[in-house]
Amino acid sequence: MIEILQSVIPTALFYSAPLILTALGGVFSERSGVVNIGLEGLMVMGAFLGIVFNLTFSDVLGAWTPWISILVAMVVSAIFSIIHAVASVSFHASQVVSGVAINMLALGIGVYLTKQWYGKGQTDMVDQPFYTTNIPLLSDIPVLGSIFFQGIYITSYLAIILAFVAWFVLYKTPFGLRLRAVGEHPMAADTNGINVSRMRYIAVILSGALGGLGGSVFALTIASNFSHSTIVGQGFMALAAVIFGKWHPLGAMGAALFFGFAQSLSVIGSSIPLLQDVPQVFLLIAPYVLTILALAGFIGRADAPRANGEPYIKGSR
Amino acid sequence: MPSNRLFTLLVPVVSVVMGLIAGAIIMHISGFNPIDGYSALWTGAFGDAYTIGETIRRSAPYILTGLSIAFAFRTGLFNIGAEGQVLVGWLAAVWVGLTIDAPMYIHLPLAILAAAVAGGLWAFVPGILKAKLGVHEVIVTIMMNYIALFTTNEIIRKVLTSGQTTTDTIAGSASLASEWMQSITFYSRVHYGILIALFAAAIMWFIIQRTTIGYELKSVGFNQHASRYAGMNVSKNIILSMVIAGMFAGLAGAMEGLGTYGNMSVTAGFSNLGFDGIAVALLGANTAIGVVFAAFLFGALKEGAGEMPTGAGIPTELVDIIIALIIFFVASSYIIRWVIVRFKKEGK
Repeated sequence: MIEILQSVIPTALFYSAPLILTALGGVFSERSGVVNIGLEGLMVMGAFLGIVFNLTFSDVLGAWTPWISILVAMVVSAIFSIIHAVASVSFHASQVVSGVAINMLALGIGVYLTKQWYGKGQTDMVDQPFYTTNIPLLSDIPVLGSIFFQGIYITSYLAIILAFVAWFVLYKTPFGLRLRAVGEHPMAADTNGINVSRMRYIAVILSGALGGLGGSVFALTIASNFSHSTIVGQGFMALAAVIFGKWHPLGAMGAALFFGFAQSLSVIGSSIPLLQDVPQVFLLIAPYVLTILALAGFIGRADAPRANGEPYIKGSR
Repeated sequence: MPSNRLFTLLVPVVSVVMGLIAGAIIMHISGFNPIDGYSALWTGAFGDAYTIGETIRRSAPYILTGLSIAFAFRTGLFNIGAEGQVLVGWLAAVWVGLTIDAPMYIHLPLAILAAAVAGGLWAFVPGILKAKLGVHEVIVTIMMNYIALFTTNEIIRKVLTSGQTTTDTIAGSASLASEWMQSITFYSRVHYGILIALFAAAIMWFIIQRTTIGYELKSVGFNQHASRYAGMNVSKNIILSMVIAGMFAGLAGAMEGLGTYGNMSVTAGFSNLGFDGIAVALLGANTAIGVVFAAFLFGALKEGAGEMPTGAGIPTELVDIIIALIIFFVASSYIIRWVIVRFKKEGK
């Protein structure tokens, strides 16, 4: 039993980390009332930047390369997400349409520049990805240490810590209260002197930063290179985690962990006696089916922020 | 304020022009000659009979996915799930094409019908969830896309083949391939599907403009409460709209399964027909005729893009960037409107 846990849990954490990070971005954006279908594109952007930066600077930066790569991916993706903010907040564009355009644009730019710079459809493998480590002290705890803290990516714990940070920011600070107010009832928030547009810009940019972080973590732990098929659906799965987690940072984290668990089972399920006979397809579609069931209210009702998806136009009722 | 009719025409035209200009700027910045680039694009799309045939072939499914999204949009629904509906339609068409043995006049219509029904059923789920439980159709259709992707892959591997990644080619009696059309286009893969697509556009126009069903669907799209007050069954109309939209998208799958490829392969990602269909519908202002024009434009852009690497050394993805920018411009028509109104005022 412990052996099974030892193989399942680190893999689950490994697959969850990018989902958790991106889903947190989704929570910020949607809590402020901006639907973000563009999470997929933000992850693509993050993955592309993370890989390119890593390939370019690995000689100079040595062991620090992956960390600086994800930072750069985070910052540039945040800037990239401003396009979504401008279109959906200032220009009152349909947020869903703008998100779809973000997805197309990110993939287009990523693959275009890859071909331009590397002369082929995919980059080389990076020299400096993240490696698994044993966490000092914690990994010496009997039983638990070997399940949770040995052979693990630090990024997984970074993601979980950030989820708690996001929860604190959203629920325990004035900034978080304002952000949620803007997403529930922008007119009331506006009347109270909160700058609705500014809050929504900040939220979308945060989602860009976290999406970029998620994408680059995916690229530097799971994929190791960038091509048109590096990010296929992880962004949408993160969106599913946002909803399945009922737009709550810790809920989204739980959902992302669960989806990562389902993914890890679909990868290593064949070595577990109980799951050998379950066709892989059921594990693959599980996150999506569960999200639909959650939305339909079969697993506790999931209600979106009230003003989610509606552009705020001053003076309109 | 310019008249609405003029405006609905002006926004897409301005957006396309701005998109192409942006594309030229990107080419210039990355060290290519934009004129070479666009002339390669033109040659790739309309250079000879073969490429024209391929452009037409590529446009047919775009027309259908565009119609699918436009039709749902008329009822105020966003069918982002055309992607999944295409896949299940494709699978159903190939399935019928492989397993049934019948003369062409039965087999072909049956395969096409199967695609439409499969697409319709796939769209029925988000439709009924929206109508009965108020669940937002955007999320449900996205989730349905992935369920379709993994399920169709599994069926190809386990049911239609034994562990293979591509099905056998469908029987000739279920094929849309047209020797006549191929012979006049130097044996491109153009097929009769384009006629089905144009016919579907005519049907959409007829339903929306000339029937009480279409009137009710539009009415629900404008104002659900008023429609309910007027005695219309809002739930029924929402479900009906989604199902018809799904049928159009399913037919797009039939174009690929019965026409272009004649089989179906396991894929890691989507065909993007459904996502591009959103762009088509948006650019076509959600009208049947607009969708046809927009589909030909995107079909030509996508087909022509194939010539850009060999003709001018430019990666094909440039066209994806251009299309994404066109969507942004159309979606932000508020700002185009604002600019035009501003200029009008200053002119006076």
